Amino acid sequence: MSDEEDDIILSELDDEELVQQMFDDLYDGLKEEIEEGVNILLGRGWAPYDVLTKALVGGMTIVGKDFRDGILFVPEVLLAANAMKGGMAILKPLLAETGAPRVGKMVIGTVKGDIHDIGKNLVSMMMEGAGFEVVDLGINNPVENYLEALENEKPDILGMSALLTTTMPYMKVVIDTLVEQGLRDDYIVLVGGAPLNEEFGKAIGADAYCRDAAVAVETAKTLVGRKHNQGATA
Amino acid sequence: MTLDDRQLTETGLPPRQTGRLLLIACGALAHEILALKRGNGWDHMDLQCLPAKLHLYPEKITEAVTEAVAEHRDSYDEIFVVYADCGTGGQLQAKCAELGVEMVAGPHCYSFFEGNDRFAAQGDADMTAFFLTDFLVKQFDAFVWRPMGLDRHPELRDMIFGNYTKLVYQSQITDPALVDKARACADRLGLAFEHRHTGYGDLATALAARA
Repeated sequence: MSDEEDDIILSELDDEELVQQMFDDLYDGLKEEIEEGVNILLGRGWAPYDVLTKALVGGMTIVGKDFRDGILFVPEVLLAANAMKGGMAILKPLLAETGAPRVGKMVIGTVKGDIHDIGKNLVSMMMEGAGFEVVDLGINNPVENYLEALENEKPDILGMSALLTTTMPYMKVVIDTLVEQGLRDDYIVLVGGAPLNEEFGKAIGADAYCRDAAVAVETAKTLVGRKHNQGATA
Repeated sequence: MTLDDRQLTETGLPPRQTGRLLLIACGALAHEILALKRGNGWDHMDLQCLPAKLHLYPEKITEAVTEAVAEHRDSYDEIFVVYADCGTGGQLQAKCAELGVEMVAGPHCYSFFEGNDRFAAQGDADMTAFFLTDFLVKQFDAFVWRPMGLDRHPELRDMIFGNYTKLVYQSQITDPALVDKARACADRLGLAFEHRHTGYGDLATALAARA
């Protein structure tokens, strides 16, 4: 950043300028600036949900797009995610208090034998930002963990992640178990991870393969909307 | 023949246009393949290496191998692809089958250096291991430290490596200096260190089958 930009005083910007500046700060992974921006908008009477969607999610969407286009890379995305996390930490309790719209619920976890969670964590965060309640099971989940969480949490969506060619077939174990137990149609199953592709998603019986966090959010919104419509007309 | 690791990383190695069998390999395997070739007198083998940095973008490997096969298949009797799956999610295997060329078995070089059966048998014991080979120890900054942004943002280390517990250095050759460097890499990542001398593992077997 230039010296001129360093001199920007966030509190002196009007709302529109501040949101634009927060997009830039998120892009640059500036956590403290994002936290300050969130507090300023809240102080000006913004609803927590508006701060989340208009400033943070709006900014992360740009980050996600540039990651997909090869302009940004993993370290920059992680820094941006860390900055967004700072903002989310302020907003989360307020969102719970103010009864922000709830789009749906997702249980998500990295599959058995796999400890990689960068992508999964990004999906969790973006899903929360989009108004989903997310129950994150963490890493190395055997099928029992998924089944238990599905029973306890009753989510709309089950999300599974894997980074390794050796662990991605485990997603089929989970889906096959759901089929055996007659539970498969109760959930939207989304899968993702670097070595996966659409063909694999179809082959294992998932509802969709999501290539990145932004696609996961859009897919989740579409499929949950469709599911609710089906429920309404059934 | 002197190999430049930077060249192997960035641009790879062109074939010498000699021999009847072309090995299309990852640049990270050039030293090992040439050592096996020299040691066994496999003069019928020629070697082309694709840039090792493709490993940072596994989705590009299948296309790069496909192009290399198309470019050279008329000049050799046989082509053998010296990549394992390498994060392509089965796509490289499917493409090789479509092209009618064979490739090394296994999920990645850490597995075939250790021996695919033995690596698979390790199971959960290695789940939290981060692996380095000779080449990756030598090129640690180019392949790990800088691409992960740790030179610019060391605070990212635990976000990226927090779920790992140990760094396993699989050595192909015996070199105490490399063991020291690998141990230093483990320290930089905040991981415990383990050294396993694997030699060339299943790579030697796979190439010997084409001798």
